[in-house]
Amino acid sequence: MDFFLQLLVNGVCVGLLYGISAMGFVMIFKASSVLNFAHGELLALGAFIFLSLVTWGKIPVVAAFLLTLAGCFLLGFVIERFFLRPLIGEKLIFVIMLTVGLAAMFKGLILLIWGGNLHTYPEFLPPSLEMQLGSIYIAPVYSATLVISIVFLILFGLFFKKSSQGIFMRSVADNQKAALSLGVHVRRVFALSWAIAAMVACMSGIVLGIINGVNVHDLSAIGLKVFPVVILGGLDSIGGAIIGGIIIGLLETFTGGYLSPSLRDVVPYIVLVVILMVKPYGLFGLVEIERV
Amino acid sequence: MKKISFHPCGNYRETYAEELAIFDTWFGRISLIVFLALLFVLAPFFLSPYLLYVLNNIGIMAIAAIGLNILIGYTGQISLGHGAFFGVGAYAGAILATRLNLPFFVCIPAAGLITAMVGMIFGIPSGRLKGLYLTIATLAGQFIIEYVLIQWESLTKGTMGITLPGPNLLGWNISGDKAFFFLIFICLVAMTWFAVNIMRSKYGRAFIAIRDNDRAAEGMGIPIFKYKLLSFAVSSFYAGFAGALWAYYMVSITTEPFNLGLSVEFIAMVIIGGMGNMPGAIFGATFITLLNELLRFATGAMMNVSWIAGMGLNMAPLREFVFGLAIVLFILIEPKGIAELWRIVRSSFRLWPFSY
Repeated sequence: MDFFLQLLVNGVCVGLLYGISAMGFVMIFKASSVLNFAHGELLALGAFIFLSLVTWGKIPVVAAFLLTLAGCFLLGFVIERFFLRPLIGEKLIFVIMLTVGLAAMFKGLILLIWGGNLHTYPEFLPPSLEMQLGSIYIAPVYSATLVISIVFLILFGLFFKKSSQGIFMRSVADNQKAALSLGVHVRRVFALSWAIAAMVACMSGIVLGIINGVNVHDLSAIGLKVFPVVILGGLDSIGGAIIGGIIIGLLETFTGGYLSPSLRDVVPYIVLVVILMVKPYGLFGLVEIERV
Repeated sequence: MKKISFHPCGNYRETYAEELAIFDTWFGRISLIVFLALLFVLAPFFLSPYLLYVLNNIGIMAIAAIGLNILIGYTGQISLGHGAFFGVGAYAGAILATRLNLPFFVCIPAAGLITAMVGMIFGIPSGRLKGLYLTIATLAGQFIIEYVLIQWESLTKGTMGITLPGPNLLGWNISGDKAFFFLIFICLVAMTWFAVNIMRSKYGRAFIAIRDNDRAAEGMGIPIFKYKLLSFAVSSFYAGFAGALWAYYMVSITTEPFNLGLSVEFIAMVIIGGMGNMPGAIFGATFITLLNELLRFATGAMMNVSWIAGMGLNMAPLREFVFGLAIVLFILIEPKGIAELWRIVRSSFRLWPFSY
């Protein structure tokens, strides 16, 4: 029973991580229907910038965190402006391959600058976050993750519900042409969604880095694991991303715990194929029925 | 108009047969024959073993790229699983050759057929899904196939790999780069010929109709699902065929090369070469293979330059960066690929000196 509960808690924690990693991905898809294969590399980039600022730059953690967020926000703008904007209205495969190309570029750059080794952050989380519920142990990083992801969910909820930019983004996601004719600056919305998504990605990269250490290969693998998560939750639903993340996380830890550790990494993709066959728009996705 | 003229300077076609012809004039046909003759006579005897090895790799990759071009360029279905299909072909060929002791000229097409069946299984989602959903489904296929290749140890020997016997044709043992050059390039010519002619048939036209507008195609009475599956099958057949050839050429295979990176390389070949263009796939395979070799050479040379090595920088990731950059630049600057550049070069010769 203890083993089960421990797996349950671990699964939820890992799942939350997947969920917040997927948030940025969903955001880009929601606003501009671009499938971002460079997401894992964006995660890694954020984690590595933070790493350099903290260990080489000796900047205090909070300042470094904010600086990284700002830097990634700018990076998102730049990516959108130079790479994605010329492709608005182009065929799907070009957009997909462009992000694949970007992924290779970023990965090469990161490997060139930081190398492929595992780096770790200095210890900075207060140990008071550590939790011991009966026989179940929750590491401080996991409770920090929980707090951060809830805070970001609330922030995003407010942003999309209350702020004018958030409402513009939703309108573009809903119907691009109608939004354009009502005076929404669609290109600005695209740029902003990339910027925010890059920022969220880098934040989740940092959180992942705190937990697992910073390594390009691991982080870009997580960028691919985002696909089962978002398909399960629905490609255009941020809440769905979190719930999809938790389900995938639970599945992974239970398969790893009870069946076989090697199956662990494939289970999400098997689930992915099944969902695509049965319910392609996921649990919370917008259903556009088109059968050809 | 089938004279030995350089190239027609307008559309002078009068019959449907002329419209369907592969070569507009005898000039194109003769220059292709001359090129092939020169290739087969000169290349194996004058190239160094290393260059011949690169050329053979180009030939194998070109077969796979032509197959993927049928799927992406002509049918409009994106597959991110072709690296794994290539692997399925390699393993199918290796297992047939080692377990059943079949001769290579049975093994290679049989491996293609097995891969075609696997490809059809992963093409089934295309009945309900299109566009990016299908892309994600094939991505899942890539990971699942990789897992099966590694874990099904009783059949694939897992990470140990399989060593193949040398191919044998009527007592003549095919080994070495030179002999393989003939095997690979005869296969390439035959497969290209086959692909070009599929595209002129009813099936090819159905593929193109599905790519251009699937709803209209359905409306015109093309059973879309059947043709999509067929396209997956043909394209995987090519990948499996190329994979089995590769397995014979490499002698021993492991699961390692058949990863997502290989799938991405195949798509890059199709895009950089030119989607929906048969010579384009060959151009793309040439470009990517040469780029890989050049970058390997360049990063190796840079490691020997003292000040770079002194900085402790590892230059190997530069390859990945340049590879990504090449994809991005082609998509942004010339999305129709090298085939389009080639067309521009040819037509500027034709129009010279009075270009407009």
